[in-house]
Amino acid sequence: MEFGPHLVLATLEGAVTAAVLALTAVGLSLVFGVMRVVNVAHGEFFMLGAVLAWWVTSLIGGPPALGFAAALVVAPLLVGLLAAAADMTVLKRIDYDPERTIVATIGLLYILQQVTLMTYGADARPVEPPFNTRLAIPWVTFAEGRPQLIWPWGLGTTSYKLAVIGAAAAVLAGVWLVMTRSRIGLLMRATQLDRDMALAFGIPVERIYALVFGLGAALAALAAVLIVPISQAHYLMGGDPLLLSFIVVIIGGLGSLPGTLVAAILIGLSDGIISVFFSPTLAKILATLLVALVLVFRPQGLFGLRAA
Amino acid sequence: MLRLEGIGAGYGAAQVLRDLTLKVRPGEILCLAGRNGAGKTTTMKAIMGLVPLSAGRITLDGVAISELPAHRVPKAGIGYVPQGRRLFGELTVAQNLEIGLMARGSPLAVLDAALDLFPRLRERMGQRAQTLSGGEQQMLAMARALCLDPAVLLLDEPTEGLQPTMIEAIRAAIRETRARGAAILLVEQRIDAVLSLADRIALIENGRVLDTLEAEALRRDHRRLERHLGV
Repeated sequence: MEFGPHLVLATLEGAVTAAVLALTAVGLSLVFGVMRVVNVAHGEFFMLGAVLAWWVTSLIGGPPALGFAAALVVAPLLVGLLAAAADMTVLKRIDYDPERTIVATIGLLYILQQVTLMTYGADARPVEPPFNTRLAIPWVTFAEGRPQLIWPWGLGTTSYKLAVIGAAAAVLAGVWLVMTRSRIGLLMRATQLDRDMALAFGIPVERIYALVFGLGAALAALAAVLIVPISQAHYLMGGDPLLLSFIVVIIGGLGSLPGTLVAAILIGLSDGIISVFFSPTLAKILATLLVALVLVFRPQGLFGLRAA
Repeated sequence: MLRLEGIGAGYGAAQVLRDLTLKVRPGEILCLAGRNGAGKTTTMKAIMGLVPLSAGRITLDGVAISELPAHRVPKAGIGYVPQGRRLFGELTVAQNLEIGLMARGSPLAVLDAALDLFPRLRERMGQRAQTLSGGEQQMLAMARALCLDPAVLLLDEPTEGLQPTMIEAIRAAIRETRARGAAILLVEQRIDAVLSLADRIALIENGRVLDTLEAEALRRDHRRLERHLGV
């Protein structure tokens, strides 16, 4: 395949990665932004979403679309409730202390991972996509000075991958609308800006925290449900999304939702393109190098505010 | 009536308030006067539930608000204007006021009454709070607290760092709020503000109230107040 079609293919793969990464990282960023909690267990909520998607689709059976639609609702809901319960029983008890919450979420990470291993097992299991039509992509070449439409072999994508990009964009738009246009979003932002003043104006901060922790985890789980028909559900699959989410959140600026989105697109697309042209390992090395550069030259991230 | 009965409070091992007792009646301004570090701001925070009590209790019209979680205290009818304003800076003026209204589910008439005191804010509703001038920010902090239609208003150095015209506007709003029947607990360092606004003055030192005096007496002998404030 020539360079041009190859680049289009790589960009499409990168767009899928970026879409899923943006959902996952926005969840992490939301939790850090509002609660100042570095949630090391975020990748395990992602993994649980994928495992629950397998469980729901296996349980329901029938047409793949039916089970998948149920998984899209059930998995984020259950994971969100579990995270909210973890917030109320663990994080609240340690008063959301920044250092202790890191240790607590590391503990949560291992508990979720090992319980999944004991119950779900060590096998990677597939989830059938609800639809998966192959879509060929045309390319224009110039033969004897005239444009000619061709269909290069291998240049194509699937309807499901395009749907993943569309669904992620729709959910992210929904999160943005909730944060900027709704009353609950206003309360979340006020809590993020000044916890004590939020309390002094009657905002039930602990309930907001439980909601945000649950919402952050539910977004990770939703991202996993979307990607599991492409990847597979496995009990160790939370590591990469956690690492990439941290990379995105640091580059974008801790707690900045627009920054997280821009960084997710940057990292996702570059990950897809570099993986196709070179290797996935090189893509991770470059992303980590970028984080190091950001931490040295712009520690607050691209869109973050410098601490006073 | 707001009553503080023998309260103790502090930050970790550092005890700031020790057996502090005072009361503020509806329709009066009680000024807390004392040197830096005497415990004035901590008293305000203790009333709001932002600093835990180690002793004593706080009641509002007989209801023990010190036993409520912090977010229930404003719902009981206490508005707070903290030192340094502490607005939600990235939110607009309208959103800051909306949060004040939501705290007790106040009707829009309460917002109108607050904005009548600070008409300049009506022109700034869509502007981010952090972009306002210092005086406008203080007006917004007052208006946000007044949106609770509070029975008690806590004001921590409301005229600090403001230019004279702004100071007068804030003082006029404080007097108007008193006239509406609210009890006002005021922390002030400026002697002219203390003497011109207060009905009574509680002299506070090392976390205790040394004495509570009628402002009229101190107006006749303000050297006592100067000595106490260390100016």
